[in-house]
Amino acid sequence: MQYNSFNTQQTFFQKLKNLDYILLTCILLLGLISSLSMYSTDGGEILFHSKSHISKFLIFFTMMVFISFLNIKFWHYFAYVFYIAILSLLVWASLYGIKSSGSQRWINLYFINLQPSELMKIAIIACLAKYYHRIQPNKINDFQVMFIALVILILPIMLVITQPDLGTSILIALSGLVVIWLAGINIKYFIYSFIALLISMPFAIAFLKPYQKSRILTFLNPDRDPLGAGYQIIQSKIAVGSGGLNGKGFLKGTQSYLEFLPEKHTDFIFTLFAEEQGFLGSLGLLLIYIIVIYRVLRIGAISRSYFAKLFCYGYGSAIFFYVTVNMSMVLGLLPIVGSPLPIMSYGGSSMLATMIGFGIVMSANINHKQLIA
Amino acid sequence: MLGENFGVKKNQTINRRMFIIGAAKVIVFAGIIARLFSLQITENKKYLTLSDKNRLREWRLPPIRGEFLDYFGNIIAGNLKVYQLHVIPEEVEDFKYLMVRLKEILNLNNSEYEKIIRKKNKQKPWETLIISKNLTWEQFTKVNYFLHDLVGAKPVLSVSRNYPFNDKYTHILGYVSEASEKDLLNNEMIKSKHVPGLKVGKTGLEKTFENELIGTNGIQRYEVNAYGKRISQLDYTDGLNGKTIQLTVDTEIQKLCNELLKDMAGSISVMDIYTGEIVAMQSSPSFDPNLFLFGINQDDWQLIRNNPLKPLVNKTLSGLYSPGSTIKPIVALSALENGIINENFIVNCKGKIEMYGQTYHCWKKKGHGVVNLKSAMKQSCDTYFYEIARKLGVDRLKETSLKFGLGEKVLGEIFNNEKKGLIPDTKWKKNNLGKGWVIGETLITGIGQGYTQTTPLQLCQMTAQLANGGFKIYPKIIVEENIKTAEDIKFIMNKNAKNLDEKNNGLQEASELLGFSNKKEHDRLFKNSKNIKLVREAMFASTNEVRGTSYSSRIEDPKYQFAGKTGTSQVRRITQAARELDLNTSQIPYDERDHALYIAFGPYKDPRYALSIVVEHGGSGSSTAAPIAKKLFKLIIDRHELREQTRIQKAIKI
Repeated sequence: MQYNSFNTQQTFFQKLKNLDYILLTCILLLGLISSLSMYSTDGGEILFHSKSHISKFLIFFTMMVFISFLNIKFWHYFAYVFYIAILSLLVWASLYGIKSSGSQRWINLYFINLQPSELMKIAIIACLAKYYHRIQPNKINDFQVMFIALVILILPIMLVITQPDLGTSILIALSGLVVIWLAGINIKYFIYSFIALLISMPFAIAFLKPYQKSRILTFLNPDRDPLGAGYQIIQSKIAVGSGGLNGKGFLKGTQSYLEFLPEKHTDFIFTLFAEEQGFLGSLGLLLIYIIVIYRVLRIGAISRSYFAKLFCYGYGSAIFFYVTVNMSMVLGLLPIVGSPLPIMSYGGSSMLATMIGFGIVMSANINHKQLIA
Repeated sequence: MLGENFGVKKNQTINRRMFIIGAAKVIVFAGIIARLFSLQITENKKYLTLSDKNRLREWRLPPIRGEFLDYFGNIIAGNLKVYQLHVIPEEVEDFKYLMVRLKEILNLNNSEYEKIIRKKNKQKPWETLIISKNLTWEQFTKVNYFLHDLVGAKPVLSVSRNYPFNDKYTHILGYVSEASEKDLLNNEMIKSKHVPGLKVGKTGLEKTFENELIGTNGIQRYEVNAYGKRISQLDYTDGLNGKTIQLTVDTEIQKLCNELLKDMAGSISVMDIYTGEIVAMQSSPSFDPNLFLFGINQDDWQLIRNNPLKPLVNKTLSGLYSPGSTIKPIVALSALENGIINENFIVNCKGKIEMYGQTYHCWKKKGHGVVNLKSAMKQSCDTYFYEIARKLGVDRLKETSLKFGLGEKVLGEIFNNEKKGLIPDTKWKKNNLGKGWVIGETLITGIGQGYTQTTPLQLCQMTAQLANGGFKIYPKIIVEENIKTAEDIKFIMNKNAKNLDEKNNGLQEASELLGFSNKKEHDRLFKNSKNIKLVREAMFASTNEVRGTSYSSRIEDPKYQFAGKTGTSQVRRITQAARELDLNTSQIPYDERDHALYIAFGPYKDPRYALSIVVEHGGSGSSTAAPIAKKLFKLIIDRHELREQTRIQKAIKI
């Protein structure tokens, strides 16, 4: 198969017709909601965060549409390259990256500070999807096959966890594991490794940074240190809880406006939204995410190629993880780990990675009848 | 190329497993929705309250303290507008520069400057820092002139306690100063109304009536951000001023008292003999309570504290003195009432008497010769009183003394520093000193020495009750509503006296037997009004007849004419050697000089006011204390008309 044949099967208008418009609408809706929320975090003015967020959304949305016009074979072809490139960037970041607030996870690309770990969330899915695409089902549980899959998974996790960035590494791990699970690895291995994880937990905790330990302790009891480590979660719960059924109204969230909420444009953007829009608004937002996940999984279901199917299922599940980990965290159901809410949270790399993911999914939709050798 | 079979098998696996994950997703989403529901719907109220608690702050403003007025409505403790300089450190860009500039402009010395810096470091950056509590007008204008250079400094108008008559009312009113930890601990009211810089009463009426005076805080409600910075004022509630309290005291007389006792340690009390109103009450030396308002400086404080004349003691209420000869009217009355003597009882005074192996001296070495009650009182003959005290006995003397208010607090609980004094009897000595009473002690008790201790205010009340014909009065210093006029009281007193004369009133006797008479207002304190009259005549003679002890201090004009009794109370036992030396007062060391006392009432024809004067270490009553009374009585009587008019106006108002 020739590289130039990737894009030859459908005309431009056919492709345009074959875009998933429901998914597209939901993404645009999320973009709109996130822009309005960002406007609210700026105190009802268009300042740095809202400007930057809106422009990033528009750029990366356009990019997504462009990516979706590439044949799914292209992504299959370049999946390893993509993975290795991002892995190199992670190494680069750990050697020459920008240090900020205690961790080293950014690369200065002059127009954007790139966070390769965010891109790894997509690359790991693509890479493992390609890897399993070729494996015969009776060999999936072979030691050698499993070992390579584990190496693919563990390498980036190790790099990210040493940045240190616990939240992202957990999300990479979850994304990778779900692909391995979907590929059909025997359930007993999951059970074994879960038991092993439980046993190694006390040792793992010994390796955690003091701030990470305190986050876990704080999660178990937020009142332990209400002005220190527990402050974020207490204030976040107050903000969400005080929103009530209908919310305090757009631009009227006192918790965020009066700066009680920490990190309100990034990880805690949902808190601000829930405070201003209330239970009904939050349900609405959750519904949009559910539709997005459903559409992505649906595309996986109709895809004929195994790679596309695995990627879509994997990515749909990954979005589910992003959304639930973030929401559980701000609602006090999980300890605070850095994890953005896709599209809603401020942050270029996260937006870029999310949009690449959606681009591949869209491409899978357009080319769902395409088989990959 | 993959076989078709493999593809189908793989697809089956992946779809099956995706279905499992999908089911798990539904459960997790349901969990998140349930959590949202519990936070936003079930517990909404709780979090709404917490959110309001986060964002709303109340600022309490200092309450405005109630004022004190004198009898004529003049403010004697008021609130003064003061100019203060406030800085909110958070709002200052360059705090150091501002402070350096302010130091220059306000001429702060280094220790004051450091005190402000220390205070700043102690409080939160958004809390008001008071740079100066009391700017002079000159400083205030200077600050305003340089204001453009003093970003963050705020000259503000505030209120502060002010005592316009400085040291004239110190011992009555007390003073206020910044609330201490102890004040907050002991008084819930202060604790609940406390704001930084709140001043509370430390002594006197300011302390007693703290809860009425304090007023209520004004409240400003602000919306604040997470850093406590005020964003906007939501509402403002004015506080209520504290209660205004009016005293029965006449400032003019109070001022004169202050002047008459200048450079002396002592006290003057003046009382209305019917209403019990305290017209003046001065303890000397005094000090200026305004000094305490903004924190007294160390030099001033040392000066007050180390003054040997003890300005911090309220001598009128807490000073305990042997009454000396001023007790003689009570001794005489007690003897008459108990039928020990009559007015014609005579004693031959030879200057001393020997009794039970002890020698008891009269103040006059040569002796007074043969004296009866009137002349003994007039010349204050000690021998005469030794004799009648011996016959009377200390226990019966105590009974009469107690009736006239000695040994009990005059103003009850109004002043926490008032003392009860001591009227001894045989039982008291046995219980407290463990020894039996000696007859010789009765003799010296009869001339007001020995164990007897009285406060000047008690002597004043005693005199007032003799002057009004022997009826109980209720001394007061606070003007109350619905008080009886002197005429009402006189009427009640007359009725009480008549009831005694008409012995045939069976109902009265029955109720007296049942103990109701004890509750009667302005009850009579005597058995026979003739006895009171005799004592009063004797006191008149003492002041207005030749050879009377205070004859030189008399006023002949019947409008001002008063009757009185001198007293000289020994501070230490006079030794035989000292008695022979017969030194002048000025030759004795200050601490060993006798206290000079004087009690008096007037105008004699129709008495209205009683007074007591004590001059510590003043020598003798006739030389030091009585002349003060002469100067004082003129003003008291001159002010009477105005006082009555004011009383009528007040009655109309009510």
